[in-house]
Amino acid sequence: MANSIIQVQSVSKSYFRDTFEIPVLRNLSLEVHEGEFVALMGPSGSGKTTLLNLIAGIDRPTSGKLIVNGTDIATLNESALAKWRAANVGFVFQFYNLLPVLTAFENVELPLLLTSLSKAERKKHVHVALSVVGLADRMHHYPKQLSGGQEQRVAIARAIVTDPTILVADEPTGDLDKNSAAEVLTLLDRLNKEYKKTIVMVTHDPHAAEKASIIRHLDKGELQ
Amino acid sequence: MKIPLKYTVRNFKTRLLTTGITVAGITLVVFVFAAVLMMAHGIDKTLVATGSPDNVIIARKAATGEISSIVVNSDAAILFTLPHIAKTSDGRPLATSDVVVIINLEKTSGGLSNLTVRGVSPQAFTIRPQVKIVEGRIFRQGAREIVVGDAVARRYTGTKVGGQISFGGDKWTIVGRFEAGGSGFDSEVWGDSEQLQDAFNRRGGYSTVTLRLDDPKAYSEFKAAFDREQRLQQFEPKSEQQYYAEQSEAMSLFIRILGIFITVIFSAGATIGAMITMYAAVANRTVEIGTLRALGFRRRSILTAFLMESMLLSIIGGLIGIACASVLQFFSISTLNFGSFSELEFSFAMSPGIVVASLLFAAGMGFIGGFLPSVQASRLNIVNALRAG
Ligand SMILES: Nc1ncnc2c1ncn2[C@@H]1O[C@H](COP(=O)(O)OP(=O)(O)OP(=O)(O)O)[C@@H](O)[C@H]1O
Ligand SMILES: [Mg+2]
Repeated sequence: MANSIIQVQSVSKSYFRDTFEIPVLRNLSLEVHEGEFVALMGPSGSGKTTLLNLIAGIDRPTSGKLIVNGTDIATLNESALAKWRAANVGFVFQFYNLLPVLTAFENVELPLLLTSLSKAERKKHVHVALSVVGLADRMHHYPKQLSGGQEQRVAIARAIVTDPTILVADEPTGDLDKNSAAEVLTLLDRLNKEYKKTIVMVTHDPHAAEKASIIRHLDKGELQ
Repeated sequence: MKIPLKYTVRNFKTRLLTTGITVAGITLVVFVFAAVLMMAHGIDKTLVATGSPDNVIIARKAATGEISSIVVNSDAAILFTLPHIAKTSDGRPLATSDVVVIINLEKTSGGLSNLTVRGVSPQAFTIRPQVKIVEGRIFRQGAREIVVGDAVARRYTGTKVGGQISFGGDKWTIVGRFEAGGSGFDSEVWGDSEQLQDAFNRRGGYSTVTLRLDDPKAYSEFKAAFDREQRLQQFEPKSEQQYYAEQSEAMSLFIRILGIFITVIFSAGATIGAMITMYAAVANRTVEIGTLRALGFRRRSILTAFLMESMLLSIIGGLIGIACASVLQFFSISTLNFGSFSELEFSFAMSPGIVVASLLFAAGMGFIGGFLPSVQASRLNIVNALRAG
C-alpha cells in the first residue's frame, strides 16, 4: 500500500450565522493514499465542497487534525498556508475561474509568478502544461474565445503547471456538455495514471465518479 | 507586486465608461489645481522678471509699495554721493528717479481700471534693458509725451501710438509702444519724470530711486556706506528683483491658499468617485480575488493590486489634467495687483514643481479613494469569495 498523503482526523466544521451554529461536518475522518483518484459524492448541502476546501487549505476546521502531504495544515498561519497551497495543491473549479482579462497562456502562468522561476523557464512550463491538456495552439486566446471544455482544460493546465502532488476538483464537469465532460475526465484520468497525481474530485455525476479508483459518499456531514 | 500590471490595465478596458468617468473627475480637479498654481507662479514670475538682480531700488522703509514711497530731491542728491554707483559716459549717476502714480483709464472690455504711470529719468532704458521701444519712439524730455507698455496698448481704449489720453489735468500724446519681456512694466505707462512731478504736484520729490552699481559684488560695501549715512535712515535699499518679488507675495499667496482650499473641496468629490469605482471593481471581481488567493497569492498582493489600480487611474487623470493645464500657458490674463493697486498682466506659468505637486495630488486622491475598497478586497474570506459566483 502506498503512503497516506491526506489524513483527515476527526474533523468537525461548523459555520456560524449570527450566534447559532450550523454544523456541516461532524467528526469526519478520511485517508487518501498517494496516487489515488477519489470521488466524493453525496446530496446537495452534504458538505462535499466544505471537505474539499479543508483538504486544499482554503478553509479551516472547527476541530480535528488535517495532515496533507506531510504538513499539519490546520496549524499554519495565513501566509504560510498560502505558500503551502501554491506548492502543494492544484485547483479545478466548476466554473473554471479563469481570469477573463488574461490569455490562456497568462492564466496558466499565474501560479508560476509565485515561484522564483525566470521568464524563460515559466514559458517552458506553461508550454508543457498546455501541451498536456492539448491546447498549446490556443495559448493566446482569451477565455471567452474558448469553449467551456477548453476553458476547463486551460484551468487544469493552470492547476498542474507548478507540478503539485494533489489536485482538488469541485464538480469539474458540472458545467460541461457530455463530450467536453468526457474529455476532461479522460484528462484527469491521465493525470492520475501517467503523472501520478493524487486527485480528490467532488461530483454529482455517476459517470464521472466511475473514472475514480475510490468513491466515497457523504451525507449530512458524515462519510458513509 | 506579484499580480501582473496587465491584469490591472486590461480591467480598465473592460469597464471603459466607469474608468473614463473616474479619470475625467480626477482630470478636472487636477486641472483646476494646476491652473491655480500656474496662476500664482505666473504672477511671481512676472514680478520677479520686473526687477533686475543688478539694480538697487531705494524706497521709504515704511512704504508698502512704490506709490506710497517718497524720496525728496535733497535725499536723492545725498544718495548719489554714495560709493560704487555706476556712472554714465558724461559722469552722471546711472540711476532713474521714478515718479509712480495711478490713473484711471477705460478698458477695451469696458469699465475703468487702475493703471500705473511711471515717470522715469533718461537712464531708465539703460538700467532696464528689457524695456524696448517696438513702435514709435521714446518721449522727449520736457514734453507731455508718453510711451505705453504692450499690455496697456492691448487692454485700454485710445492707447494706440499717435493717440492722446488725459490725466493729471493735461493731455498726453502717445509717441511709442514698448515691450518689457513679460515683466510688470508691460502693464505700465512711462513718461518723463519731471513732467509727471509737474502734473501731479510732486516737484519736491520722487517715489523711488533705482540705480546700477559699478560692480554687483560691491553691494555689501554700498550697503555699509548707506547704513552709515544718518540722513538716509528712513530709506531701505533692496535688490530690485527682490523688491518686486515681495510685491507679488501677498497676491500669489492669496491665490494659492484660496485655490488649494477650493480644489481640496472638489477633490473630495473625485475621491469618492474613485472609491465607488473601486468598490464596484472589487464586487465584480470577488470570484477572481478568491481564485487568486486559492492559487497562493497573499492578501498583500491583492491589496497592492487594487491600490495600484486606483492610483493608476488617478495618475492617468492627473497627467491629462496637467496636459490640459499646460495649454493655459498660451493665455495671459490681467488682475489687480495688491502690491501696486493697479492692473497687472501675466501668463499662466507651468513649472516642474507644479507638475510634481499635481501628480502627488492626483496620486493622493487615488490612494485615499482606493484604500478602503482595497482593504476590503484583501480581507475577503477565500471560501466566501469563491461562493460569490
Ligand atoms: N461560508 C458558509 N457560511 C455559511 N454556511 C455555509 C458556508 N459554506 C457552506 N455552508 C453551508 O454548509 C452546508 C454544506 O455546504 P457545501 O457547500 O459543503 O455542500 P455541498 O455538498 O458542496 O453541496 P453542493 O452539492 O450543493 O455543492 C450547506 O448547508 C451550506 O449552506
Ligand atoms: Mg459544493
